[in-house]
Amino acid sequence: MKSTGREKLIWTIISIAVLIYALFPVASIFATSFKAPGDLTNGNFLPTPGLATLDNYEQILVGDAQGLFLSALRNSIGISLIATFIAVVLATLCAYAIARLDFPGKKLILTTALAVSIFPVISIVTPLFNLWRNIGLYDTWLGLIIPYLSLTLPISIWTLAAFFRQIPWELEQAAQVDGATTWQAFRKAIVPLAAPGVFTTAIIAFFIAWNDFVYGISLTSTEAARPVPAALAFFTGASQFESPTGAISAAAIIVTIPVVLLVLLFQRQIVSGLTQGAVKG
Amino acid sequence: MASIRLKNLVKKYGDGFPAVNDISIDIEDGEFIILVGPSGCGKSTLLRMIVGLEDITSGDLYINDERVNSKAPRDRNLAMVFQNYALYPHLTVYENIAFPLRLAKGKHSEEEVDRLVTGAAETLELTDHLQRKPANLSGGQRQRVAMGRAIVRQADAFLFDEPLSNLDAKLRGQMRSEISQMQRRLGTTSVYVTHDQTEAMTLGDRVAVLKKGELQQIASPRELYEQPVNLFVAGFIGSPSMNFLPATIEGGKLQTALGALDIPADRAAKAEGRKVVLVGVRPEFFEDAKLVDEAKKPHGSTFTATLTHTEWLGNEQYGYINFDPAPEVRELLNNLAREMDADELRPQVVVTLDAASRIRGGRESEIWLDTRKLHLFDAETGENLTRDAEAGAALTAEASEERAEEIENARQAESAQHEQSAVTGRSGGSHAAAS
Repeated sequence: MKSTGREKLIWTIISIAVLIYALFPVASIFATSFKAPGDLTNGNFLPTPGLATLDNYEQILVGDAQGLFLSALRNSIGISLIATFIAVVLATLCAYAIARLDFPGKKLILTTALAVSIFPVISIVTPLFNLWRNIGLYDTWLGLIIPYLSLTLPISIWTLAAFFRQIPWELEQAAQVDGATTWQAFRKAIVPLAAPGVFTTAIIAFFIAWNDFVYGISLTSTEAARPVPAALAFFTGASQFESPTGAISAAAIIVTIPVVLLVLLFQRQIVSGLTQGAVKG
Repeated sequence: MASIRLKNLVKKYGDGFPAVNDISIDIEDGEFIILVGPSGCGKSTLLRMIVGLEDITSGDLYINDERVNSKAPRDRNLAMVFQNYALYPHLTVYENIAFPLRLAKGKHSEEEVDRLVTGAAETLELTDHLQRKPANLSGGQRQRVAMGRAIVRQADAFLFDEPLSNLDAKLRGQMRSEISQMQRRLGTTSVYVTHDQTEAMTLGDRVAVLKKGELQQIASPRELYEQPVNLFVAGFIGSPSMNFLPATIEGGKLQTALGALDIPADRAAKAEGRKVVLVGVRPEFFEDAKLVDEAKKPHGSTFTATLTHTEWLGNEQYGYINFDPAPEVRELLNNLAREMDADELRPQVVVTLDAASRIRGGRESEIWLDTRKLHLFDAETGENLTRDAEAGAALTAEASEERAEEIENARQAESAQHEQSAVTGRSGGSHAAAS
């Protein structure tokens, strides 16, 4: 093509614009997290030179807000991981059945999953709050894991079903002819191939659970189960005249780190073309 | 080693369409059976029914006289090579071949697995590639790995589902002869699905021709070629395919678009009472009249025709003669073409001429036709009126004897080689897969 150079330039400009649009808030929060309380309203993007401080980090990690933040971090990690794990295991089995088997109600499962995932969270939070209080799930890990599953399962089932459909069925049939039971064929021929898809799904599911705010703030009351996004709302300044913006920014930066780490760690699994060469190719 | 018996097998899909309709075949131990037919004829479905990947709607399937209809694929002890190879991409070649052995837990020790896998790899010349992943192999190598996975365990029978259709022409020929030799060496019962009639003719002890889920004829390649049971088999087997000429019989002579042809009285008698018949003529029944032996000439009939063009291939040449059939006959020919996967049968006769022939397109030339071998088909039912069932059966019996002999020879050669290698003190690993 003639316009390759120009097209490239246009794409580069678009990419940069999108990157700035997406990353500016993060950069702003990052900069704010180094501002001293008195410096917050300096009107500049960066902290005033000489006033930059690590106090905010100190405050949430070892200082006054430590109890609030660290327990919330522990809750967030624990709850998100458990919810992700359960969602991925269930979704893998479910998606496999959907992709491979022909059974009545298959469409129903998929549409129900979709319906659940687009159902507004806010509308069920209040009934759930009452129910949870009555049966003793309020302010527990399990009390959050269950609603998180309702968020993560539908999308996991959809992504994994699409992924399983791409894996050539012959592999499984070959395994069965080679002497494998249905379960062995699934475990030895399909699961290794599905790994990239499972990883991708797991990461998506983890993000959903990690980022949730509505359930987190409505179904918890103490540090027994309160996750980070909710805990941030409970930060207070050193005095009633100081806003906790700096500390919240610092906490926000810290909770971003696991997400970034996860993506960096598993990006190879996500993009690996493992199925290449399975069939004629 | 096993015999496989198909008895009135039927496969109906949800919509009631019979993909396989009432097929019965007895496959003897050690026999190489080909299932051939145009796409959609049910040949692959039939194979998958044998291996257990498709349910059998009705009928019985016996392996070694044991009814296996409801057995899972893994309990049937059959090995299958898939069209797209179906290699496990996350495993090395070694592990791909070892896969069936590893699944049979506790049956094979680690050393035994190693011995069997290296043995199979040696047979298939894969030794250098054992540690590579399938993605890094060429098409032919992948094909070999798929074969390795099949031969490594002592399966009762091999099933091939168009194993060569993804290879290029040269490799296909090479792999074809390898499969053929391997089958003879191992003497394992094999069922092979293909739409390529060269593969069907060269590999099969017997070839089953299917059309729309129905078995048309099962016989040795020679019987199919020389004594086809109907129009479909006659047209499907052979390349270039048989020419079909509409004709009427008048006073012992065939009136065709190519002119009047004298045919032997016994052949003409069989078509007695029919207004229109289709004459089936293989291209090689024709010859340039100038090049035919005087002694041979009276066995045929000579006519003049103008060829549209000729194609010189070195060892022979093809000539093409156009003719204009009556509309109702044209309809018949088109139906026939559709059944055989072609778009439209051109009203054209292909003749094979000697490479030395000077006949060229556009010139009026004399062509001789050997009328002893031509077949007459009923224009409506397609039935072959001149088929000699006895001669056909004799051909198939002959092929069966030849097969027994070939397997015996291959075994002797094998054991001779084995003794020799034992004498020279080499390890007998290469024969592990064959034993």
